[in-house]
Amino acid sequence: MLTLKIAFRNIFRNTRRSLTTLSTIAIGVTAVLVFGAYITYIQYGVQTAAVQRTGHLQVFRNGYFNYGTAAPADWGIDRYQDALRLIREDHELKQLTAVVTPIQSLAGIAGNFENNTSKPFFGTGFVPSDRDRMKQWNEYGTGSQGLKHSGLKDNDLTQGITGTGLVRILGLCDRLHLDGCPPIPKLAARQPDPSTNALATPAPDLDDLARRDKPVGDALSQEPVIDLLAATAGGAPNVVTLRVSRVEMQTLKELDDNYVGMNIGLAQNLIYGRDEHKVSGIVVQLNRTEDLEKARARLLALSKEHGLDLEVRDFTELNAQYNQIIGMFRAIFAFISAIIAIVVLFTVTNAMGMSVVERTGEIGTSRAMGIRRQGIRKQFLTEGSLLGIMGATVGVMLAYFAAYAINHSAITWSPPGQVGRVPLRLYLIGAEWLIVITWIGLLVVSALAALIPANRAARMVVVDALRHV
Amino acid sequence: MKTQALAQLPEIERADGAVVRLFNVVKVYKAGDVEVSAIKGITFNIPRQCFSMIVGPSGSGKTTLLNLIGCIDKPTQGTIFVAGQDVGTLNDNTISDFRAQRVGFIFQNFSLIPVLSAWENIEYPLMLLGVSAAERRERATRMLEAVGLSNQRNRRPNELSGGQKQRVAIARALVKGPDFVLADEPTANLDSQTGASIVDLMRRMQEEYSTTFVFSTHDPHLMSRADETFTIRDGQLVDHVFGGNQC
Repeated sequence: MLTLKIAFRNIFRNTRRSLTTLSTIAIGVTAVLVFGAYITYIQYGVQTAAVQRTGHLQVFRNGYFNYGTAAPADWGIDRYQDALRLIREDHELKQLTAVVTPIQSLAGIAGNFENNTSKPFFGTGFVPSDRDRMKQWNEYGTGSQGLKHSGLKDNDLTQGITGTGLVRILGLCDRLHLDGCPPIPKLAARQPDPSTNALATPAPDLDDLARRDKPVGDALSQEPVIDLLAATAGGAPNVVTLRVSRVEMQTLKELDDNYVGMNIGLAQNLIYGRDEHKVSGIVVQLNRTEDLEKARARLLALSKEHGLDLEVRDFTELNAQYNQIIGMFRAIFAFISAIIAIVVLFTVTNAMGMSVVERTGEIGTSRAMGIRRQGIRKQFLTEGSLLGIMGATVGVMLAYFAAYAINHSAITWSPPGQVGRVPLRLYLIGAEWLIVITWIGLLVVSALAALIPANRAARMVVVDALRHV
Repeated sequence: MKTQALAQLPEIERADGAVVRLFNVVKVYKAGDVEVSAIKGITFNIPRQCFSMIVGPSGSGKTTLLNLIGCIDKPTQGTIFVAGQDVGTLNDNTISDFRAQRVGFIFQNFSLIPVLSAWENIEYPLMLLGVSAAERRERATRMLEAVGLSNQRNRRPNELSGGQKQRVAIARALVKGPDFVLADEPTANLDSQTGASIVDLMRRMQEEYSTTFVFSTHDPHLMSRADETFTIRDGQLVDHVFGGNQC
């Protein structure tokens, strides 16, 4: 108690120096917490986007994750309706899951014959109503992470969604009247090669024939149409027509230039034709992320119990970008925290060192009166720790204030991996672990910083200290 | 900061009436490559419950001698018995505990703890000894009254005059009931009138509390106030005068 009393009073003996030290600690804590809260928000935001898109878990036929994307038709889940029913009706999983829905991945060539344009695509077939429900998932309250409704209907197999880049490449921008989606510029005419001229240029009557081959309804429809060509499970080519009812900008240009989303029935028609319809995966979206491991274990147990050869992958595996983004921000956070810890370390060491020099006579007196060396060491360590406690506490309060101010401002931004702008938030509430670790961390750093001056004080020769003026 | 191992310290050797005994004590300081002999083979005893004075000019070795007697410095050579204990054999922790219990210090520059009030400064040595709060309160208050500073109880050292500070230092030295009190030129930083009153106070307290005072000064006029006077010059004892008072 005496040590604490003397420590507390000594801190305010040199008010200016103590305030400078306390400010450094407080600002350091504020910086760590604000950045930590920002990263927490980023993590939740990216996680929300990933879970809305891919669910928490996806169940595949064993081996699909590593090998199946090249030939999704070959790696489909047989009798998927049974597997789906099994998961949906399992008592334990029913408590944990928000959405359980099938998906079919596919790849092929998308073409717009009106413009004579085509390009490879990759796409997903889904149950539109389930996809819309998945978009409602918002466990962390990070706000909208993209469009919530696909605009597709479960019973309409003709409509679909594409990336902005795909419709641009296929020359559909003028039909869709999209902002930032220019029509294809006209290229300068090439000099005809006399040797191949007859083969390269279609005869006017063939061109006209192709135009006449289009379904009558398409010409009248407002929605542009693309044709999708893919190989069926049996290896035969198959073509379906898709009406582009909505264009969604995707997070990556490569994805945006290639994405086609459609009703799962249409995807199955394209991939399986008249054969048994399968799915490439079953998406499981949970109510709470913390149940992920429990749900994974149950899914694997179900698979084993019923002799199904299935594998389960979580959203961090399905979204490679997720771990990269979180890893990058955590590395930056660690780097900033280390710099702040070093700054605090030097500031407190300097302040305590000056205090030891100023109080050399007092140290001599205390030692003469019978205080042991460890008593002197304890005194200065207590002062360093007290500085840390006060500075860190003020820092936590400042961080809460900063978080409140930013969360109530109208600042918006585009988080990594997302398209639209969302409000900028700092997630300090709910990040208690961050506050506790930062507070304790700065306290430990302050105590460690005081250790060197404290040891110097404890080692002083009593008569030399008493002689000090 | 409570002191320990006090029970292990030997009881005061009272047989010969000396609280401090020095045998051929030498103290050499090193200042770079130069060795300075501050004390050159001093042997003497300091009697119990007396007001003893060590007199000598500046640089004669008075402070060094008091530091050795007060166990805050170790002799280069020779033996010092304090309260019957050969202090040269004690380790740092034991000797710290020994000082906390048995030695009171009064310094020339007062050396009060600046962040503690007058009353807290007096209470401080009792806290080091682990005295109960109630007893601390009673003893510190009584001591503050004894030095006439009851009305300055809550003042910090920087709010007190030099004389008042030295009164607090005297109270602090005596509050724990030490075997002896060492006062290193306690009047050097005071005007003559205040200095005289401080010597009077120390004398009165020494008699009242029947303790041993060892007082160093370079002022020969104060010699008449002592029971015994030891005169040192150039690190050697040159005179020993017994004042004739019963102590």
